[in-house]
Order: sequence, then C-alpha cells, then structure tokens
Amino acid sequence: MKPRIHGLLAAFASEASCRSALRDLREAGFVRVDAYTPYPVAPGLIPESRTPIAPIMLITAILGACGGFFLQWFAARDYPINVGGRPINSWPAFVPITFELAVLTSALVGVIAFLGLAGLPRLHHPVFADPRFKRASQDRFFICVRADDPLYGSEAVRRTLAAAKPESVEELLA
Amino acid sequence: MANEALIAPGQTFESVTRTISDIPLLRPYPRFWWTGFCAAFVLVLLLLASIAWLFARGVGIWGINVPIAWGFAIVNFVWWIGIGHAGTFISAILLLLHQQWRTSINRFTEAMTLFAVACASIYPVLHLGRPQFFYWLVPYPDSMGLWPQFRSPLEWDVFAVSTYASVSLLFWYVGLLPDLATMRDRAGTRFKERLYGLLSLGWRGDARHWMHYQKLYILLAGLAAPLVISVHTIVGLDFAVSILPGWHSTIFPPYFVAGAIFSGFSMVLTLIIPLRAVYKLQGLITARHLDLMAKVMMATGWIVIYGYFSEFFNAWRSGDVFDRFVDVNRAVGPYAGYFWALMACNVVAPQLLWVRRLRHNVVVLFIVALLVNVGMWIERFMIVITSLHRDYLPSSWGMFHATFWDYSTLFGTVGLFAALLFLFMRLLPAISMSETRGLLATDKADQ
Repeated sequence: MKPRIHGLLAAFASEASCRSALRDLREAGFVRVDAYTPYPVAPGLIPESRTPIAPIMLITAILGACGGFFLQWFAARDYPINVGGRPINSWPAFVPITFELAVLTSALVGVIAFLGLAGLPRLHHPVFADPRFKRASQDRFFICVRADDPLYGSEAVRRTLAAAKPESVEELLA
Repeated sequence: MANEALIAPGQTFESVTRTISDIPLLRPYPRFWWTGFCAAFVLVLLLLASIAWLFARGVGIWGINVPIAWGFAIVNFVWWIGIGHAGTFISAILLLLHQQWRTSINRFTEAMTLFAVACASIYPVLHLGRPQFFYWLVPYPDSMGLWPQFRSPLEWDVFAVSTYASVSLLFWYVGLLPDLATMRDRAGTRFKERLYGLLSLGWRGDARHWMHYQKLYILLAGLAAPLVISVHTIVGLDFAVSILPGWHSTIFPPYFVAGAIFSGFSMVLTLIIPLRAVYKLQGLITARHLDLMAKVMMATGWIVIYGYFSEFFNAWRSGDVFDRFVDVNRAVGPYAGYFWALMACNVVAPQLLWVRRLRHNVVVLFIVALLVNVGMWIERFMIVITSLHRDYLPSSWGMFHATFWDYSTLFGTVGLFAALLFLFMRLLPAISMSETRGLLATDKADQ
C-alpha cells in the first residue's frame, strides 16, 4: 500500500522569501497551503484575514452583562430589603458586578472560541514528524503545500517552491 | 529609529531565543537561586503556620480590635493588589497604545500580577473570621434563601478580584502559548519536551492560528485595560462608600488606581534590576526600559501626590471638623511617624529621578523603587489605621498594635510571592520570545 502523504514541507530562512513563495503558489493556483512562522507576521501572508473572534467576544460580553444584571435584579426581588423606601431595583449599585461579569464571560468564551477555531489542543500533527520543524517555533519559516490540493502532484509544486530558494523541501507522511 | 535601544544591536532570532530559553532549559541552578528560593520557602512555611494558627484560634491573634477592625489584612490586601496592577498596565494598556518597549518586560510583569493577586486574595478570606464560609460570598441558591449583598463594594470586590485573577491568568497563558512551543522544541530531555508540549496545547505557529491569536490577544488586552481600572476603583470604593472621615472621599478611586500603578512599577523595577544583572539580560531589558519605567513611576507618583493634596484641601475646604481632624491627626497624632515616613518615601524620594544621571544609575533607581514599595505599604496603613482609630466619638477611640502574627502573615506572603517568582524564572521564559522576534523583524524591515 502506498503511504499517505500529508504534503510538501519547505523551510525558508527569511520572512521575505517565505512571503514571495506563498505569493507565487497562490498565483499558480494552489489553495491548500499552510504557512508556519515563529512570530505573528504582518497581514497579507495568507489570503484569509477575517476572524470571528471579535463578534463572538462582543456577543458574549453583552450576554455576560445581561446575565450579571439579571442575577442581581433577581436576588434583589427574591429577598427584598427595603432601606428607607429606596427602589428594590437599585440599578446603579449593580453596575460594577455587571461589568465584571461581562469581562469574565467575554474573556473565557474568547479563549475557548480561539481554541476551537485553531483546532487546539492538538498534540499530534504530521508536521511535527519532521525534525526540521523544531525550528518553526524559533527562526525558520515553513510552507506546507497539502496533498489534498487539486494541483498537488504536478511538477508546478516543486518548481514554484524552488523559485523562492527554500533551504530544503521534503515530503511529509500523513 | 524609535525602538533602536529596545533591543541591543547584533541580536538575531536565534540569539534572542537562545538567551531567553536557555535560562530555564540549560543553565544550572545557580547558588543565588537556591539561597533565594530557600529563604522564600521558609517564609512560605511561616505563612502556612500563621494561617494554621489563625484557623485554630481566630482573628484575635492579630492586633485588630474595635475600632480598628480592618488592620493588616486589608492593608496588605490593597498593597498586593496594587502591585499587581502594573503588570496588567504594562501588558494591556501599553499594548493598546503601541508602546513597543513593553515587549521585554510584559511576561515577567504579568507573572508578577498573578502572584501578587494570589497573595492579595488570601487576606480577605483570612479576615472573614469564619473563613470556612467564604463561599457565602458567591451567589448560589442556598437553602436559607439568602443572597450576597450586591449593593456592597465588598461584594463587588469578590467579583472584581476573581475576574481580575481569571482574566490575568488567561491573558498570561495565551501569551505564553507560542513560547511554550519554543520550549518544547528546544527541550533537551523527553520529559521536558512532553511537559512543555502538553502546556503548549500543540501550538505550531500556523499563520491562520496567528491570525485568530492576534485578534484574541488584542481583545483580551482591550478587556483587561478597563478591568484593571475597575478593580482598583472598586477597592477605592470599599473605603469611599463608607461615611468614615478620611475614607469618605470622591478622590479615592482615581487616587487608588494611580497609587496602584505607582507601586506596581516600583515593584517591577525592584525585581527586574537584579534579574537583568544576574541573568545578563541587559541586551533585552535595556537602559531605555528602566528609564521609561522610572518616568511612568514619576508621572503616577505625581498623581498620588495630587491625591494627598486633594485630601487635605477638601478636608480644609469642607469646614467639617471631623474631616479636618483626621488630617491633623495623621500629621501630628500618634501615627505621625508613619505619615512623615510616607512623605519621605512617596513624595520626596521619587523626585531624585528628575535628574537624568540619578535616573540612569541603577543603584539609585533600585533604592528609590524599594522606598516607594515601602511608602505605598505605609500609605495603605495610614489610610486604614489612622482613619479608623479616631472617628466621631472620642469615647470609642483606640490604638492598633500589630502582633507577631500580623507580621508573620505579611512576610509570609512576601515569601510566597518571591518563591513563586523564583519558580517562574526557572520554569518558564521570562521574556516573550515570539514578541521579541516580531520586534526584531520590524526593526529589520525599517532599516
């Protein structure tokens, strides 16, 4: 049986060469391409630029605030304390906790959403099998053209990658 | 170029990664580490003994009494939580303001925040009297049909401090993820590789992950920035909402927030000056960092001085005999020594930093920072004790005498803080490697 292939992993010494390789691959029509960098690079490296993190955190902040206010409003009705005839729903006193709970829920859900979007935790991944990949978290930039790309297997993959002068190119098993 | 002095010339991705990650991974445990950690650990044992004795005998082992019911527990709580605030200020507010100099110090100061909050949160629970019922502060549908008093600043504190601790932890951990992956990839042994690998959650630096990550990080900073202000505002309201002369003042929330950042920056300087000397991190934590931190300390110090002035001015202008008495009593009463020590530490000492030569002298800077730490503790002592000890009724005046257990608990938490910092230094990268690499990359692009 032929071993399953994850893709072709190329290592680059600089952000600039990695960036130009990605651009060439995109122009050549490749779509299933992953990039790995040791620090967050400026936008434009990958075509995707939208992330739903902000709307998710905004909505959960609003929900957290509503929940926090409701909790205090409910408690004030459930066990009413009449202080000199002041209103039971003394909303100004409920503002701090409402704010704190908005922040807490938004931060918690934001982190969970991030993990979900990134598919983490995932302790095993084909790229980890490559000993070169240890430098992806240090000082090297990697591009992986995945085997599920429709153009994978054509000569264009290696040619396009080679044009950007990678340090090395090797095939990864899935 | 603006950030030239933020990283010494000649640093590369490789050298940055090596300098930072070798400290926990390769360097042997130096003698100062063992000495320091053991000393701190002895204090942790003292803290445990103090807490055990407190649980056995109750809060009567402390010097608290009526009228001074708050005592050291609240002084220490406010002091510690204030120290924590600089970490969030550096990591969140300076991030939002695009101050790149935060990069070398944010990891360390976030850790400091976490440990300071851990120390702070012990005190209110110990001070409860019946600490086994601490969970009564949390709203849950209990069998007695009771709820916590949501209109009380003390209950706001419960939510503020627990939210602050949780969000600080999340922010710190999210920031650590890429560096934990670096640690995994540089680990020399199988055990370390697995440990850091598990902690890094399998981070692999995928560009799409970075995209989500950066958005999350900036939004967490956006949440943490108002959060840190809300926390110390609420701590200020613990005092200001009461009707006690010396506490009942609208200046308290902003004055407390400025005081918190003032004391926090002085603690950062106190810790980072020895750290960079011992681990030779001068290439990453440069003279410019120290200079900027000294300036933030002076700026917040002046807000604090304005707070002192405002208290006196308002007491005088109010014409209220009790308000005026509090301030006179602070300056010439039985606690006058504390007041003048406070003035020396917080008002006079930081003014040395106006002189560039003194500001750039690490020994002077270290001593000033140390004095401000002490001064900020005295400030909270003065606020808590002198306001309580003589209020409206002279027949109920009293004096506070701290006992051995007051001091043992205070120094015990100092030990806990130090022990956690020693462990942090040995186990995790104390400077954010991924952010420093990013800073280097923008440096190169600018050239």
